[in-house]
Amino acid sequence: MLDIQNVFKTFNAGTVNEKVALKGLNLHLNEGDFVTVIGGNGAGKSTMLNCVAGVYPVEEGTISIGGVDVTGMPEHKRAQFIGRVFQDPMMGTAATMQIEENLALAARRGKSRFLRSGITKEEREVYREELKILGLGLEDRMTAKVGLLSGGQRQALTLLMATLQKPQLLLLDEHTAALDPKTAAKVLEVTQKIVEQDHLTTLMITHNMRDAIAYGNRLVMMYDGHVVVDVSGEEKKNLTVEQLLNLFSRASGSDEVNDKLLLA
Amino acid sequence: MASFLNALPGAVTQGLIWGIMAIGLFITYKLLDLSDLTVDGSFCTGGAVCVMMMAAGFNVWIALLAAVAAGMLAGLVTGFFHTKCGIPAILAGILTQLGLWSVNLAIMDMKANQPLNVNKYNVVLSIRYLEEVQYGLRPIWEHPALTVVLFTAVIIAILYWFFGTELGASIRATGANSKMARAQGINTNFNKVLGLAISNGLVALSGALLSQYQGFAEINMGRGAIVIGLASIIIGEVTFGKLFRNFGLRLLAVSLGAVIYYIVIQLVISLLEINTNYLKLISALIVAVFLAVPFWRKRYLPKKKKEGQHA
Ligand SMILES: Nc1ncnc2c1ncn2[C@@H]1O[C@H](COP(=O)(O)OP(=O)(O)OP(=O)(O)O)[C@@H](O)[C@H]1O
Ligand SMILES: [Mg+2]
Repeated sequence: MLDIQNVFKTFNAGTVNEKVALKGLNLHLNEGDFVTVIGGNGAGKSTMLNCVAGVYPVEEGTISIGGVDVTGMPEHKRAQFIGRVFQDPMMGTAATMQIEENLALAARRGKSRFLRSGITKEEREVYREELKILGLGLEDRMTAKVGLLSGGQRQALTLLMATLQKPQLLLLDEHTAALDPKTAAKVLEVTQKIVEQDHLTTLMITHNMRDAIAYGNRLVMMYDGHVVVDVSGEEKKNLTVEQLLNLFSRASGSDEVNDKLLLA
Repeated sequence: MASFLNALPGAVTQGLIWGIMAIGLFITYKLLDLSDLTVDGSFCTGGAVCVMMMAAGFNVWIALLAAVAAGMLAGLVTGFFHTKCGIPAILAGILTQLGLWSVNLAIMDMKANQPLNVNKYNVVLSIRYLEEVQYGLRPIWEHPALTVVLFTAVIIAILYWFFGTELGASIRATGANSKMARAQGINTNFNKVLGLAISNGLVALSGALLSQYQGFAEINMGRGAIVIGLASIIIGEVTFGKLFRNFGLRLLAVSLGAVIYYIVIQLVISLLEINTNYLKLISALIVAVFLAVPFWRKRYLPKKKKEGQHA
């Protein structure tokens, strides 16, 4: 489904701030994989997702989604394959537009936009039903501006927007990190529900190791711009946080990194 | 006071004409969150194209259409500088504006001023009609203010429809949150260029109407347009913001803002009998005051707590 091959990404190349964020990254996802991604700060997790989504071009390597080589494809074109939720709740929605307008924008992801009506009556009914699934009462506030919603409500809405038009690939970048524990749990629960229901191939970055173990069928750990641990199936299910930390120090060949990876 | 009342219809008409340019600016400034300085140039482009086309014997409606097209082209150039050359929007607009100065002169046959004889050509409005209506020489519905009201109404109706379409909504999304827009598959660069083109098309239309109204096009007619446009948007918002929430009404508020602006200017001129050379200074001060009002309000008036809004 997703194939990342030998990808290199450097920021500020040729300056004193040069930073090689991805160093020959390889990752292959099968259809229906729900992969959790962990790793210390600056390991390159967000960069990986951004390169897949087309936010940054890569210097080397190829990225393909569902057999289509998207390496040189601009971000807005790649969006036809990808649903995204960001860490910052402000990022995924248009604050000055209504809830239903945001959903209508998302429903047209990957389609051409012309002079047809921006939102139809039938659509509204569909959105009302979809919003009910979130269980936040948003179905009664569909014409409210998104800027009035709380961070958790906005993240849940963004998640719905990302999956309204079933994506081939769902990218979640610490999408619960900015929420309080209770809301975070709720959003994660909705995530699990939608991913299972639509059999979405998913990459979920998290700093919470318990979540990383509890969710998904596969766990990937990044260090210094590439994947250092990759466990799946029974092995992943039976992982403990302690084992995970041990795996990490072995893979990165040092103990000090333990601190870097401490629980969020 | 009598002189003010006499000048009032003219001030209102001027305000309405500039209101169309302000609505154009609203699209870039408010919807796309871009400061587009092209307008000072494209306003004159509209006037120049209209006058020259009519002098060449074209029908007034064709001349107006050509003016709009020329304005859109100017917006396109700014959009190209901004999205394809990576030049910041403000600078891109300044560059186009600068270049347009020469282009506008070239359109006007290298003359700084090109007259349009109202007797010879069939214009849609003229400052002369003001008096002719007043003295009963013309039916009231040919009053220039009414003509511009009609133009404004049609423009607002079209824009209201357009920004409700898929394409219009994607322009709004581009301005509201471009990162989100791209994630939803919207080509934000394309939308910025499109918005700039539509905006400058309206600005040029406004210039074309003004050139017919005053009976000439002139190389400096657009100077300070950006200030008048911003003033209209802000005055409209300060005055009607609480009442007018609907998109169509917000556009109407911009037009009314321009009218208020011109009435205030006229009031200052008539009452203080000021040398009109001070006009630009007065304009700048009026705009500064209206810009400061919302800021002062927030700062010095205690805020009422909003209720029923959970965090
Ligand atoms: N836009 C950018 N410009 C310059 N450097 C960047 C940029 N984005 C990321 N980097 C650098 O690339 C490296 C990888 O960053 P990235 O954001 O991918 O890390 P991460 O694994 O997501 O970390 P975190 O857990 O803190 O989110 C870091 O050293 C970071 O400073
Ligand atoms: Mg990150």
